[in-house]
Amino acid sequence: MTVPPVLSVEHLTIRFGGLVAVDDLSFEAAPGQITALIGPNGAGKTTVFNCITGFYKPDVGRLTFRRETGASFLLERMDGFRIAQAGVVRTFQNIRLFPGMSVVENLMVAQHVKLMHASLFSVAGFLRLPRFLHAEAQAIERARYWLERTGLVDQADLPAGSLPYGAQRRLEIARAMCAGPSLLCLDEPAAGLNPRESQGLNELLLSIRDEHGISILLIEHDMSVVMQISDRIVVLEQGRKIAAGPPDEVRVNPEVIRAYLGVEDEETAVAVLQGEGARA
Amino acid sequence: MESDAKISIAALVRDAAAAALVAGLLAFPLLGFRLVDSARGLTLDTRLLWVVYAAAAVFCGRLLFSLARISLSMRRPAATRPVKIEAPGRTRYLFGVALIAAAIVMPWLPFADRNIIDKATLILIYVMLGWGLNIVVGLAGLLDLGYVAFYAVGAYSYALLSQNFGLSFWLCLPLAGLLAATFGVALGFPVLRLRGDYLAIVTLGFGEIVREVLINWGGVTGGPNGLSGIQRPSFFGLPMVPAATDGGTTFAQFFGLAFSPNQRIVFLYYLILALALATNLFTLRIRRLPIGRAWEALREDEIAARSLGINPTMVKLSAFAIGACFAGFAGSFFATRQGFISPESFTFIESAIILAIVVLGGMGSQIGIVLAAFLLVGLPEWFRELEQFRMLAFGAAMVLIMLWRPQGLLSHRDPTVRLGTPPRAKEAGA
Repeated sequence: MTVPPVLSVEHLTIRFGGLVAVDDLSFEAAPGQITALIGPNGAGKTTVFNCITGFYKPDVGRLTFRRETGASFLLERMDGFRIAQAGVVRTFQNIRLFPGMSVVENLMVAQHVKLMHASLFSVAGFLRLPRFLHAEAQAIERARYWLERTGLVDQADLPAGSLPYGAQRRLEIARAMCAGPSLLCLDEPAAGLNPRESQGLNELLLSIRDEHGISILLIEHDMSVVMQISDRIVVLEQGRKIAAGPPDEVRVNPEVIRAYLGVEDEETAVAVLQGEGARA
Repeated sequence: MESDAKISIAALVRDAAAAALVAGLLAFPLLGFRLVDSARGLTLDTRLLWVVYAAAAVFCGRLLFSLARISLSMRRPAATRPVKIEAPGRTRYLFGVALIAAAIVMPWLPFADRNIIDKATLILIYVMLGWGLNIVVGLAGLLDLGYVAFYAVGAYSYALLSQNFGLSFWLCLPLAGLLAATFGVALGFPVLRLRGDYLAIVTLGFGEIVREVLINWGGVTGGPNGLSGIQRPSFFGLPMVPAATDGGTTFAQFFGLAFSPNQRIVFLYYLILALALATNLFTLRIRRLPIGRAWEALREDEIAARSLGINPTMVKLSAFAIGACFAGFAGSFFATRQGFISPESFTFIESAIILAIVVLGGMGSQIGIVLAAFLLVGLPEWFRELEQFRMLAFGAAMVLIMLWRPQGLLSHRDPTVRLGTPPRAKEAGA
């Protein structure tokens, strides 16, 4: 691979008291690809996410993030908001919108850093100088674009908390995209969606990857999403990596079948993995 | 649709007639007879025409009331259509403009005596404090129980700067705001990691510390005796006194008026009105800027805000500093109005009242805060006739309001930006 990975995780270890949540984990996410992180409940997937996005500080390990510009960042040394400014933006397993603010305001908050600079820390904004008004109009256009992509443009002026569940999931992705990431980290984006909605999610994620060239790191339980859109899958079990590779390899890996599904009967497990993949 | 309207009008007339009948029955014994005290003793006089008047008045009133209610309820579903969504905002805007106009003409109305203008000035101080605290509590969601500390900092900075360095009110006003903002940042730093109840406790302690320092640092602050003889404000350099001490021109002389102590009262009233309106305009504008949205985002979900690149430290400190700055302005106005300040004016109950104004007004609502300030500061003043039951009536009024509107008087929140795509029009066009 000549292109350096957008994210390299090296020897990541994190302990909570006596519990080793993530144990010497190393993997890479290639630029412009969708990398999925899967594993049974409690395998440490969200913990890995929290380390990457600065919510936890790892005990051991190095997390390197490289932008397409060539700049690289050591994420384990950075505050969460600086990581987001550098270009790693995440969504949450339990949706975290700003429920009292309108849908489009949620997307404006996501463009805070850019607008704050344009407003010269509020001075230009307060005087309503053209430089700020121009940036604000651009931000609104960007918000409109992502609302159209996620099919939320009709609900733009409603409070975000009043949207139905599936729409809130899409809004969270739209909001993350408005923050201008080069690596998008999605924590179970398909959780709670019906099959039709997950199909729509697949198309959205593929277009984010293909049209916008954004790398995606994905935690997901829904195999119809993982198997269909991932370029590479990393499988965790109890904080350790047990397999990594393209979906077709991982799907038939006996170690994965045993660990991930926790099923003794190998045939059932294979059926579930492949059947789920085939259904989607 | 039209027949519907007719039916409902017939029903309304019937309803009004029933009300008129009840009114007539009640009015018959109450209004229809009158005891006349004449030379021959008490006689009974009949006034049957009055009964008819009462019934007619109730009939018309009831009809108008029903019509008004129906037209309101017919307008309400229309408000959900995006085309008309500006309408409630515009009425509120007009209401605000009317309120400001009323405040401007108030001192010239016949009923406005010195007492009323004084009370209105007091209410406006609390309106301004409420608007300032609203930035911290209503927008940024940081529960501050020690807001009066910044008010005290503003008051003492003006008093000390003017007494020790002879600086004028107009120079001290920005300095007092700046000093209060510095104290806001000083409070902000240790409490950055705290939220909710814990933050409230620390801010409460901060307010008490400031008060204790004012009491005990006798050499500078005058201790419990406070500072007196604080310079009164001048009208752009023209003092408002009967005669200028150093041969200069007084306000009355300059404008060729006879001196009257009321001039200063009215001037102070307009001064606090201008300061309060400046606070309001500032808040309305900053809400629409990125920093204002970041405050609200932080109130809604701090973790999500952080994950979008918002620096929570800067956002919280700016909220504390700006909120404190307005308390500082209000404080220096308070000092110049009273001419005397002591730590007794800055007790915890003041913080509690300001917070109650913000909460009662409906977190984040600017007009709600005006109404709440009227209720919380005005009511105890007007309840003075009740003497020792005054605070009882005040407490009962608060309980009733919170039962009636637990979310505050006006808890409506206007979005700071609208995409404004009329979805139905778009579908029809497509």
